[in-house]
Amino acid sequence: MADKNVVLNIEHLTMQFGGVIAVNDFSAQVKEGEIVALIGPNGAGKTTAFNCITGVYHPTNGKVDFCGETIANSFKISHTPDEITKLGIARTFQNIRLFPKQSVFDNVLIAKHMRAKQNPFTATFRLNKSEEQRSREETWQLLKEQGLDKYADWEAGSLPYGMQRRLEIARALATGPKLLCLDEPAAGMNPQETDELAEFICQIRDKYNLTVLLIEHHMNLVMGISDHIYCIDFGKMIAQGKPEAVASDPKVIEAYLGTQEERDA
Amino acid sequence: MKVKEKRNLILSIVAVLLCCLYLFILESDSVVHSYAITIIERSCIYAVAAVSMNLIIGFTGQFSLGTAGFMCIGAYITGVLTIPVEMRDQIFYLYGMASWLHDIKLPLIVTLILCAVVCAGIAALIGWPVLRLKSDYLAIATLGFSEIIRAIFGWDGLGKITNASYGVSNIPEFKSIFECVIISAVCIVIMILLVNSSYGRAFKAIRDDDVAAEAMGINLFRTKQLSFVVTSAFAGVAGGLLAVYMRSAVTSTFTVALTYNILLMVVLGGIGSISGSILGAFIVTGSQEWLRFLDREYTWSELIPGIGNTGFGAMNVPLLRNGFRMVVFSLLLMLVVLFWNHGLTGSKEITWDRLINGAKKLMRSKKEKAVSEAE
Repeated sequence: MADKNVVLNIEHLTMQFGGVIAVNDFSAQVKEGEIVALIGPNGAGKTTAFNCITGVYHPTNGKVDFCGETIANSFKISHTPDEITKLGIARTFQNIRLFPKQSVFDNVLIAKHMRAKQNPFTATFRLNKSEEQRSREETWQLLKEQGLDKYADWEAGSLPYGMQRRLEIARALATGPKLLCLDEPAAGMNPQETDELAEFICQIRDKYNLTVLLIEHHMNLVMGISDHIYCIDFGKMIAQGKPEAVASDPKVIEAYLGTQEERDA
Repeated sequence: MKVKEKRNLILSIVAVLLCCLYLFILESDSVVHSYAITIIERSCIYAVAAVSMNLIIGFTGQFSLGTAGFMCIGAYITGVLTIPVEMRDQIFYLYGMASWLHDIKLPLIVTLILCAVVCAGIAALIGWPVLRLKSDYLAIATLGFSEIIRAIFGWDGLGKITNASYGVSNIPEFKSIFECVIISAVCIVIMILLVNSSYGRAFKAIRDDDVAAEAMGINLFRTKQLSFVVTSAFAGVAGGLLAVYMRSAVTSTFTVALTYNILLMVVLGGIGSISGSILGAFIVTGSQEWLRFLDREYTWSELIPGIGNTGFGAMNVPLLRNGFRMVVFSLLLMLVVLFWNHGLTGSKEITWDRLINGAKKLMRSKKEKAVSEAE
């Protein structure tokens, strides 16, 4: 029963770079419709775990299942990032990676490329007009829903910072994902913007039937919206559970603030 | 909005008609205008090569320098398949043309399509290992490929097909200037259509940020491969056209210097701008010809009339001599690169809107100057 709506199942994930074990035996489950947060101090291995899930790195050990299909393990060659996006995992990046010189509209439109049925010949000689038209309409629709339509002609790089974050999420949504992975979406935001972001994440989850996996430092954001939290430090999972339970876990407090003795000293 | 589109359409039609008219004038008296015709044909052919190179370097962001190699393949295919059958024994007097090939003569269009197909196939093959490399390494690998091709075509063992280092000559020339211009235009239009399609957007995404592009579901390798294949196919066509233009195909034409010359057009015009590449091709080819007056030795009296009897007049003007043209050309290039360091068009396309706005600005600044001077 539980297995049925597990969207993402991570088992004993380990990622080793030379002598450094960035992620050590990390297991987690993400269920459908949940917002799951991955927290931990700087350098704890959160982004590395993320990169294993999205195919950027191939794990040293362990495996990752998405909707019952193994997308990354240490035996066979794992899926490449574009294949994983096609399966339905979209991501954003810690340091925004838009196409800065292209228009906001084109930034979102590019996500429609992978699902189009065209081939280079039909695309060149415009034999795919209806498909192209549909892609453009869907893009407009999405931009309107995200309140970005008035910026459609702007160069993406010239948008204000908060809007760039929002555009990156919109672009990820345009790939039609089941699971949305957000890598520190609140980085560099002030408290008010962070609150707005929390609301925004809940909104899009309900609207697009998403499951959300997020990496975050902002405790306010994480505690407010997550259903389940995993906390890792030095690549190892040190706590997991409901937000309240994790927040009061002595190991978590120690990882973030140091031990009692250290604090006294 | 609608009015502007209509205006642009009308302007484009007028421009095309004017170009056609000009070509008709040239064509009507092709003996008198033969010099202008050669410059235009050469520029058109280089424009195809430059636009195709811009596709991989400017739009996909992959620094590939294999253009000369693919042009070489195209040139030889065109050469071997279009020379008149009765002249073949004479041209291949040393090696004797292979019997299976001896009687095959194809029309130019068919040969050029064949060039594109063969070059595309070869590009797909070598792209498979080579496109995994990035930036400088890709450049070196493709440069090496281009030299290998040149060596293969100059190899004695293939003498029965390629005539080895003697090359293929007596290729029939263009029937009229229109043949060359129209084929070039069709090639360029196809590339423009591709760049403005969904695949073009995928190319640009890879150029701007390959990690993000991959996260958007774009298959990096296949998309780069597509760009490389199309680039090479059109480089092959350009090579074929060049062979017809020069009426011969010899390996010494397709050295690395040719690639650099085309790269120069791309950079000068603006990386990532098709209109820029075309402009670059015309400027580089044209100015090398226009500057030809610098290649002659002058005496002072020729330049300044009326000083012939001063003794000074009989002396030669310093610097002006054979080869000085290239010095001036290089200096001009440096100036352009210094003052327009993103190329003449600055990686944006030349559009009517841009031209008209530019003209308006120019007029306004002139008026302001006049007003301020009057005050």
